[in-house]
Amino acid sequence: MEVALSAPTRPIRRVPPTLAVILVIAALAVTWELIKLVFNLDKRTLPHLWEIADAFVQPSRRNGPPLISVLLEAALYTLRGALLGFFIGAALGFVLGTIFAHFPLLERSLVPYVVASQTVPILAIAPMVVIWLRGSWWSVPVIAAYLTFFPVTINTLRGMRSPDPRAVELMHSYAASTWQTLWKLRFPSALPAIFTALKIAATASVVGAIIAELPSGIQQGLGGAILNFNQYYITGPERLWAAIFMAALVGILLFVAVSLIERIVLRNIVRAA
Amino acid sequence: MTHPSRFQRYAPPVVVFFAVIILWEVLVDVLNIQRFLLPAPSVIAEAFFRTFSVIMNSAAYTIRSAVIGFLVGAGAGMLVALATARWTTMREGLMPFAIALNSVPIIAFAPIMNNWFGSTNPMSKIMIVAIITFFPMMINMVRGLTLVEPAKIELMRSYATTPLEVLTKVRIPNSLPYLFNALKVCSTLALIGAIVGEYFGGPRESLGVYILQEAQLFRFDNAWAAIIISALLGIAFYLIILAAERIAIPWHASVDRR
Amino acid sequence: MPPVVSLKNVNKIFGPAERPTTIALKDINLEIQPREFISLIGPSGCGKSTLLRTIGDLIEASSGEVMVNGKPARQARINREYGMVFQAPVLFEWRTVLKNVELPLEVMGVPKAERTRRGREMLRLVELQNFERHYPWQLSGGMQQRVAIARALAFRPELLLMDEPFGALDEITRERMNAELLRIWHETQTTVVFVTHSIPEAVFLSTRVAVMSARPGRISDIITIDLPYPRNVETREHPRFFELVTMVREALRKGEEMKE
Repeated sequence: MEVALSAPTRPIRRVPPTLAVILVIAALAVTWELIKLVFNLDKRTLPHLWEIADAFVQPSRRNGPPLISVLLEAALYTLRGALLGFFIGAALGFVLGTIFAHFPLLERSLVPYVVASQTVPILAIAPMVVIWLRGSWWSVPVIAAYLTFFPVTINTLRGMRSPDPRAVELMHSYAASTWQTLWKLRFPSALPAIFTALKIAATASVVGAIIAELPSGIQQGLGGAILNFNQYYITGPERLWAAIFMAALVGILLFVAVSLIERIVLRNIVRAA
Repeated sequence: MTHPSRFQRYAPPVVVFFAVIILWEVLVDVLNIQRFLLPAPSVIAEAFFRTFSVIMNSAAYTIRSAVIGFLVGAGAGMLVALATARWTTMREGLMPFAIALNSVPIIAFAPIMNNWFGSTNPMSKIMIVAIITFFPMMINMVRGLTLVEPAKIELMRSYATTPLEVLTKVRIPNSLPYLFNALKVCSTLALIGAIVGEYFGGPRESLGVYILQEAQLFRFDNAWAAIIISALLGIAFYLIILAAERIAIPWHASVDRR
Repeated sequence: MPPVVSLKNVNKIFGPAERPTTIALKDINLEIQPREFISLIGPSGCGKSTLLRTIGDLIEASSGEVMVNGKPARQARINREYGMVFQAPVLFEWRTVLKNVELPLEVMGVPKAERTRRGREMLRLVELQNFERHYPWQLSGGMQQRVAIARALAFRPELLLMDEPFGALDEITRERMNAELLRIWHETQTTVVFVTHSIPEAVFLSTRVAVMSARPGRISDIITIDLPYPRNVETREHPRFFELVTMVREALRKGEEMKE
């Protein structure tokens, strides 16, 4: 249509993104402090933000390195497990989704279970996985992979089925092989759905990595740090908050990284509304 | 695409189910797999019936936290979406941040809630579930309220309607499929939030603590039985929402026609 | 009796005033009398849809005067004096066919019993009385568009604005819908402004055809269609029909040449 649809055209003032980020973070910080002020919350309930900030530079224990370096190390440790699991789970999910898309009998036999698994609190199984792997580090990537695997499988399958039937017929008319149809048609049309799953999985893999560290008694990661600082909450609540902030940061970072890759990969694919 | 018959549709998964159970049973027996690695299905089934009342007792606590937290979180998400749907600039500016916050491993906040309310106080689990379910609901609902075919808004404009009528007659009905999608996501998240929140500490009679405790005491058959219960709960929760969806938006049967 | 639509020196510029991006409409002057059936025809991007939306006050003109029934277009919209039909049926998928037709009546506060009565009457008019409980997805494209027409007529507006309503239909369905629209036009005594890019459709339906050309969008010619009524299948084989089709086609070509 040649017509701009929105009725009276009002100019939209675009706020530069960096400024928007700063503004929103400032607003959140002010809200935080306001809540603390209005409800008269003590340090144990809600420490001041500057107390948390200060905790980052204070030694984590007597004569130890500053908390920030401890937490960064823990974050890297957890991120490594999460990333490894993310890649394994994504690769596995992609391969399985592709296979399901091509073999209807397999799809009908197994996909109901993949779908059902989405409705099940699969993280409940984490303690068992830890037992299987005897509390080794591998339980971290395995659980992260496990959480990544399901959404990627389902969305790969859906995405591979998404091309316009006429486009499939067109490839047929060229007598294209199944492989050619897969790479030239099905895979590109599946990309948006796959990235949607990867974004969900990015968060899930971090959650999985943190949770896996709990029953396996792994101390070096963020899960261990959270459990550890939780024990000293009464004397130093800001350190638990600092550890949680770090976990939040890891989650957001991984999500933003996947979103950026998505934007680069899909920049030429115009999505129909 | 050919439409498989009912039999063709339901037979394969059923066959797979029994094949896996039998294979599992046989393999555990033949390979002499130790109980701590993987108990045989018959052993799990036996534990399931033996401990049923204990597990259900724990499950009742967990379900309560999950359901109340779900109602609070999803309800708040819905209200915030409805309230912000009017202010386009504010909504568009804030959505990326809501999405970013949604990617935070919120479960990491469970220890804070335990410290605030006490780990055996149901409030600590209700709050974590509420926070976990809030964001997906809000994000989906905002999409549902705003991703409206522009021509529908134009049509309403040609009738010189008030913004309130556009909301009740176009935006809200348009958002219902999104709402139900969010409810499905939230139902799973609510159970995960409640159970995993209990991993960080909770009363003895709760599913999370029970699973962890039985696993640590090498009573794996009991742990598995509890995991199966939590899986069944998840499916039941999901099916309830599915049924509600069928009743609430019959016109959206379009989804099922494929 | 004042003209139903009166346009005086209407201009529409998209983009900011100091840096206009498109001149969509330039110096449009047009008067439409009661009971007329006017078609706006022209190539894509000639501003015919913009003109239609300007009459309906869905878009504000940048300058000039747009009057509907002797009132400013905005007032006419607020008084709900016209019905609108889009290229897509724009049915609400959560409402049944009958409920869709009742929508404008509901918005206007017509009591329920009266709404249902009028809705059924309109569905009879478009010959869909047996489908009132169906949901839109259960109907074919042509049937959906008939529901949209019934909805536009439900509150008996004096003016019907139609934006390529049959553009998405196949030729056979389209010809049947054309005949049906003429019948409805006769029965309801409505004034119609009809946007199309099909020359035979414009000629078959209209009392006058306004030929538009693009960049800037303007009316380059107005051709009076003097085909006798009732118009039917034979009309399309009438020698005068072909003459008029040729006239419109040449007017379109001339409009394009003027630009260069």
